Amino acid sequence: MDLLPDQVIRLALLGQDDKVMGSRTIWVCSSCETCTTRCPNNIDIAGVMDWLKEAALRRGYVSPQPEVTRFHQTFLQTVKLTGGRLSEPLLLGLYQLKNPNILAKLKSGALTEELRLAWALARRGRLVPRLPRPLKAAKKIKALLSEAGKEKS
Amino acid sequence: MKVSYYPGCSLEGTAIDYAASISAAAELLDVQLEELEDWNCCGATAAHSINHRLSLELPARNLALAEAAGLDVVVPCALCFNRLKVAEKALLGPEGKGLGVDFRGGIKIWDLLDYLTQESYLRAVAAKVMRPLTGLKAVAYYGCMVARPPFITDKKDAENPQNMERLLGALGAEPLDWSFKTDCCGAGLAVSRPDIIDTLVARLYERALRAGAACLVVSCQMCQANLDLPQQRIAKKTGKDYYLPIFYFTELLGLALGHPGVGEWLDKHLVDPKPLLKKLGFSF
Repeated sequence: MDLLPDQVIRLALLGQDDKVMGSRTIWVCSSCETCTTRCPNNIDIAGVMDWLKEAALRRGYVSPQPEVTRFHQTFLQTVKLTGGRLSEPLLLGLYQLKNPNILAKLKSGALTEELRLAWALARRGRLVPRLPRPLKAAKKIKALLSEAGKEKS
Repeated sequence: MKVSYYPGCSLEGTAIDYAASISAAAELLDVQLEELEDWNCCGATAAHSINHRLSLELPARNLALAEAAGLDVVVPCALCFNRLKVAEKALLGPEGKGLGVDFRGGIKIWDLLDYLTQESYLRAVAAKVMRPLTGLKAVAYYGCMVARPPFITDKKDAENPQNMERLLGALGAEPLDWSFKTDCCGAGLAVSRPDIIDTLVARLYERALRAGAACLVVSCQMCQANLDLPQQRIAKKTGKDYYLPIFYFTELLGLALGHPGVGEWLDKHLVDPKPLLKKLGFSF
């Protein structure tokens, strides 16, 4: 975290948009909700972090944590593609395909490590390349997700 | 007892072992889990991180399905539970009208652990134990999302939940006290920032060992994956020789109540729990 959570709140109050929306903190916050639960001033800090991420994307800030941002975006695209439920293997595959630094990752051995893990799961029947059954309401859910995409652009 | 069941996406995928042990536990305790027809993804961390409206619309549809089914709904995934609770509060509050979903709050949303540790079930469990888990020193790990924030989850004991310890006690195991039962394991960042996971999870391993535990018991498939899958990697990175099996509470329930499927569920883990259980006299 480049800003501590209390600094995010203070800077947001002071209108320092660039500082908070360009910060790593809002993206590496794991949403564990501990700060929200314990805040003596009843500030929903984790909620503020979420609001800032969404606003940062809408306003075109470049994410300083592109992996995290790409993961969230790919997750929602995957749910849309498969018509309402998440396919984990598809999410992981698309997330890697969209990685602009995939060569560096391959060279460092990190990709091999991940593939080994994926294989260990596949061997146990936990990562089966099979798409979820499309839902009866697939169209409606795709529409929700498309609407969501439009708001972004 | 009949209840609606919202499994969530990963119980059809990476957490099929959890799904199987839940069916078994329900059967052993005469709980009829009726899967909601046509349920959809709750949107998870992705939706609440980058699209507030969608993070309410997706779970709201499931709540409408559950209310139409007319039964309380039980949720095994901590994050799905949390997102359904957030949607419940939104639908019943001022934001609700804009969501275009008919939901009046006539049903209760349960997380699975809470549901199965109601007094009557704990008594049933204790009466049905065939093979007590004597000597199994365990810490209960609840993670974040079933507990926090309490104004969403409606939990009175968000800082120090006890129901998993009560269940472990009923199964004959030895639940140990520790201060990290609701600390975050960072599962949401497991794919995008595994380095952060390594730090958070290594701390949980260390604290569990310091408490004297031989294993951790979880009620969330993301916690399970996040503590089980990278254990070798974290051991290598920290130069430690970790061996801490990560059980679902439903697996231990099945084990103590003599369900024949246990061996198969445990084979799906990466950290093999069988050596630990064999030492305690179990055979598979």
